[in-house]
Amino acid sequence: MVAAGAAVAEPPTGDAERGKVVFKVCAACHAIGQGAKNRIGPHLNGVFGRQAGGIDGFRYSDGLKRAGVTGLVWDYESLDAYIENPKALVSHTRMNFPGMADAIDRAHVLAYLRRFSDNPANIPEAPPRHPPSPKLPPEVLQIKGDPAFGEYLASECTTCHRADGEHHGIPSITHWPVDDFVVAMHAYKQEIRANPVMRMIAGRLSDDEIASLAAYFADIE
Amino acid sequence: MMNRRTFLGTTAAVAALLAAPPVLGAARPKVVVIGGGAGGATAARYIAKDSKGAIDVTLIEPTRTYYTCFFSNLYLGGFREFDSLGHTYGALASQHGINVVHDWAVGVDRDARTVTLAGGDTLAYDALVVSPGIDFVEGSVPGWSVTSQNKMPHAYKAGSQTQLLKAQIEAMEDGGTYVMIAPPNPYRCPPGPYERISMVAHMLKQTKPSSKILIFDPKDKFSKMALFQDGWQRHYPGMVEWVGGDFGAIDEVRPDSMEVLVNGDTIKAAVCNVIPAMKAGTVAARAGLTNDQGWCPIVPNTMQSRLDERVYVLGDATLNGDMPKSAFSANSQAKVCAMAVRHALTGSTLFPAKYANTCWSLIGTDDGVKVGASYEPEAEKIAKTSGFISQVGEPADLRQRTYEESIGWYAGITADIFS
Repeated sequence: MVAAGAAVAEPPTGDAERGKVVFKVCAACHAIGQGAKNRIGPHLNGVFGRQAGGIDGFRYSDGLKRAGVTGLVWDYESLDAYIENPKALVSHTRMNFPGMADAIDRAHVLAYLRRFSDNPANIPEAPPRHPPSPKLPPEVLQIKGDPAFGEYLASECTTCHRADGEHHGIPSITHWPVDDFVVAMHAYKQEIRANPVMRMIAGRLSDDEIASLAAYFADIE
Repeated sequence: MMNRRTFLGTTAAVAALLAAPPVLGAARPKVVVIGGGAGGATAARYIAKDSKGAIDVTLIEPTRTYYTCFFSNLYLGGFREFDSLGHTYGALASQHGINVVHDWAVGVDRDARTVTLAGGDTLAYDALVVSPGIDFVEGSVPGWSVTSQNKMPHAYKAGSQTQLLKAQIEAMEDGGTYVMIAPPNPYRCPPGPYERISMVAHMLKQTKPSSKILIFDPKDKFSKMALFQDGWQRHYPGMVEWVGGDFGAIDEVRPDSMEVLVNGDTIKAAVCNVIPAMKAGTVAARAGLTNDQGWCPIVPNTMQSRLDERVYVLGDATLNGDMPKSAFSANSQAKVCAMAVRHALTGSTLFPAKYANTCWSLIGTDDGVKVGASYEPEAEKIAKTSGFISQVGEPADLRQRTYEESIGWYAGITADIFS
């Protein structure tokens, strides 16, 4: 049931049967349904309401584990954002999936996942009115950052994130692809990512400043 | 004064003629930094690193191994080795060409633009960075003075005082009383005394569980109060008693008999940790940079002293507005200062100042909390723009992550200061 053409676009409502078809791209790594086991990715039974990185015994990336214990729970909004672009929500996730750009496809596949969660009645059938994946006009990703400005701004980052890329307790941010860096910072800025320190730091960075930081850290010696 | 300045000017001009390469035609500008802690060493490092040799940087710090006050509570709690708090200045000299002088700065002549060292040398500067940390206000705790610090340690400058306090805790008998005299505002590291209480309680609970901890605090409330009080109840029930406000102001301590007189009672302390009222490190007052409360007012967008545009003041010694006295703050201020100094001396770009702070505290094993904020310069002060704080009732794995984050921060900031 897709509401289209209205003056204000209503968010799509997913169709689980269509979602079953869309899920085929997920099924390369994820099992779902009776007896589903962890494969390359964790099984997806009961994924709604589960803490990210929450299946005992599955080897998650440090990034996903960190996201989970710092507050990421799989609900409609977070799953929608994750499926749209995994790296926007979780740095260094092992989920090697480029993302599903089509909001309607995502709604379908989420409706399908919903069938296999414990209390589907508690899970909204329609997605929220304000989908939470970072809203990034294409021109934001086109901004050419100034590495010299980035170097000055980076001095704020290196209080915690080591410039040499060593990490323990706080992740490395050196040598990230520029787009990943920009998307991740906007995800903090738009409060999709949870860590409060990073929400605070990113919250006051302009688009230009984020681009400059990304440019600096991408090529740091 | 005029003679001296004229004399120095002549000397500098002659020196430039004799020594400077003709292409430059002038000597490298000189920056002297007093204090090798989170403010001073960071400023020295960033000025030297980012000017790529165009500025001559001298760092004056009396100790060869600097023990960080931040994380020293974790040593008291048995979560860290003492040696892990120590940092040396070798990399600042070898990697960044900083002239590191291990001596005390005992005087500053702002007219002549010179710093005098205890060893007798005099150093000239074009810009001076003063980051002297804190000293204690004499008489703020009746009966206590710095000469009693071996009986009643403050352990609020890290090093032998920290080791002494730890030894006293270890020597306590089960059932003894640990008394802390907490400081009035403003003071270094707002959550520090209460993290220390948590760490002492952690030690006592394991080895001397009948012991008590009493805090006398002249304040009505303190940093992360709800988080600490909740943690003390969960981890150390019945052990910690905080007496604040009017009842928290003590009458006197007696170091010789280890007694604390308060509200008409005399309390016998096994350990008495006196954290007196604070002021900017002494050299700041000698340099004439302090106000009548003993702190150094600064210009919010550059960290210049309000009293001298060639002098910059950093960290705990400053009266800056909303930023707390913490290593994170000092490190953040040092980067703004370094940029402003380079701009003043070499004409490099002056970017807008940004400041931030986060303070992590450990309450018990794997139970970390944090508070933080971002700040922007306004005309009158550095003003808080947004902030966050950990919440009571957070799940254990989040608290563990917060603790792990603090360990990462320690590794990060000490590399950012000393490497």
